[in-house]
Amino acid sequence: MEQIIVNGLYLGAQYALIALGLTLIFSLMNVLNFAHGQMYVLGGFVTYTVVAQFGLPFIVGLIASAVVLAVVGAAVEKYLFAPVIRKSKREESTMLLAAGIAFFLDAVILLVFGEKQRGVPKIVNGVLNWDFRIIMPYDRILIGVLAIAMIAGFILFMQYTKAGRAMRALAQDRVAAELMGVDVARYSMLGFALGAMLAGLVGGLLVTITGINLGMGGPTSIKAFMMIMIGGAGVISGAIAGGFILGMMESIGLTVLAAYGDITYLMIFASLMVFLAFRPQGLMGKPWG
Amino acid sequence: MKRRTLLKSTALAAVTGLSFLGMAHAENPVLKIGFVGVTSGPAAAWGISNQRSMETRAAWLNELGGYEIGGTTYDIEIVAFDDQKDPKRAIAGMEKMAQEGIHYVVGPNVDDGAAAVRPVAEQNGIMYFPYAFPKELYTAPASNAVLGMVANYQSGPAIYKYLMENNGVKKIAFVAANESDPLSQRDGGVEAAKALGMEVVSDSVTYQVDTTDFTPVLLPVIQTQPDLLVLSGVSPANAPQLIRSARELGYAGLISTETAQDAGVLEEGAGELANGFISVGGASTAELASDTMREFVDRYTKMFGEYNDESNTKVYALEYILETIKANPAAMTDVEAFKATMDTFEAPNPYMVGDAKLTYVGSTSFGQKRQVAVPLVVNVFKDGAFETLFVAQVD
Repeated sequence: MEQIIVNGLYLGAQYALIALGLTLIFSLMNVLNFAHGQMYVLGGFVTYTVVAQFGLPFIVGLIASAVVLAVVGAAVEKYLFAPVIRKSKREESTMLLAAGIAFFLDAVILLVFGEKQRGVPKIVNGVLNWDFRIIMPYDRILIGVLAIAMIAGFILFMQYTKAGRAMRALAQDRVAAELMGVDVARYSMLGFALGAMLAGLVGGLLVTITGINLGMGGPTSIKAFMMIMIGGAGVISGAIAGGFILGMMESIGLTVLAAYGDITYLMIFASLMVFLAFRPQGLMGKPWG
Repeated sequence: MKRRTLLKSTALAAVTGLSFLGMAHAENPVLKIGFVGVTSGPAAAWGISNQRSMETRAAWLNELGGYEIGGTTYDIEIVAFDDQKDPKRAIAGMEKMAQEGIHYVVGPNVDDGAAAVRPVAEQNGIMYFPYAFPKELYTAPASNAVLGMVANYQSGPAIYKYLMENNGVKKIAFVAANESDPLSQRDGGVEAAKALGMEVVSDSVTYQVDTTDFTPVLLPVIQTQPDLLVLSGVSPANAPQLIRSARELGYAGLISTETAQDAGVLEEGAGELANGFISVGGASTAELASDTMREFVDRYTKMFGEYNDESNTKVYALEYILETIKANPAAMTDVEAFKATMDTFEAPNPYMVGDAKLTYVGSTSFGQKRQVAVPLVVNVFKDGAFETLFVAQVD
């Protein structure tokens, strides 16, 4: 039982961090960023290149992933999403654009980083073994703690900084925020950059544990969408809750249902369908959007 | 006026230059060989290593002046199609090959794709070389598919028997991704292990291919305390993570798979935790590789920046196609002639030292010769490279 909880918390921390970026972008711009998973993959490959190819410390790789993805996110918002949002009233335009960016990034990643699975050496050796009740490698504990610290840092940033307040105002009411003097274009770009940066950071963190390959983008996006559906799209606390709930459900399912084959995600999807039928806005979302 | 003249002259020069280039390439007639397989997504490494092996060999042959068949020298052109591991796309790919008049295709890489393209291949006179294991693809009445590698039901029993005799393995556990290929390979492995008298302690645990943490997946398997953990049909992307998680959970037994792996990927993903990992490979280990194999690896590396150890097996399909057509030039456009030649075909194996031969096998498994005789080389990973554990032949 202890092992299930620890596995769930570890998975939940990484999932929540992935979902945070996606929900931030959705709340600010009403954009479903289908390329979020590809941004995660790109972040992993940047860390891999810096650490494994250039031989620099892991923290440098992590910072490089954050910076590169923030720049990519800002550029994508400024030169792609902002013009499309300005010119098109149809919501599907941004969805198609996001899907196009996902395919584009997949192709770029294949060309630049190749088709192989990549990984970097363990950043901490050793395994915590508490009387065979909890077995957890130290590097996973470290990554889990870092993920939780980043979530806390993100919440503090959104709560107590001018930029955070401006983005929250934008998320609540874009027109009212603009009328109150918030620079909508600037903070939209900042928000997208921050969302992409979070995806890149998770990719960088997890490349030490799971490695990275170009096929991980799509499934990561799907999981991220599930999390924000559970928690409520566009709600920060909802994304965190969704991440931890999904992590815990996965951990419980993989242990309890192991004897019945791979039905964990079947059960999760079935539960999600029933849940959304009763509460389509998710746990913390508002029915009106 | 001067500007217009300059533009016209430039355009004329460009067209003339391109024409000369075209003429230079058109000196030899072209023999097109197709590839339909997965070159994008999580399993991209499987298909890309196929495609690149073919392109490397084709470029090499073309650089030597072409490939002579029946007194005519041909340039080899590889026509590739990414089926994205989707059977519908695989069918579209095979139809494209038929439209281009191609009679020999390497791929698809997975079971459902290989099964899906069978009607298209048979209706259009195409021989295809899948990397998929279902026996019905190769047993009569099917006759157009030729297995391009050693199947798990051939390599698995050989590995288990070796480990029983040499390492005292008695208890075996299987874990597989929840996809058709790994699941069918697991079932074949379980059957083989039971036939050898081994105790199967776990065979129901499966995982999603996009799993990011294998600790909860492997925990119930490791608790059964197997002597050998088999990663059935594991992809190169998942293998290092599974090995790492198993070792971190305290598992000290043997780990093996019946699929080809890449030493670099194992080294990066699992490091020394992958030492002792047993997999099936081709013939590029130092003890077996010929000078031709070494040159192939060099050329591949120069063309694409990095070699993929999976190509040790995938280098063979194109060689078999070309050598068989060479043995009977009528097979160029007539696959029935190709099939007739397969029964008696034999040529030197350029990639292995010694007097190894390229021949078609499979009579024991399929009742007809519908498999290339790739050597069954079982490797063990040690400190960043593969070492040969043992070599066997398949029929």
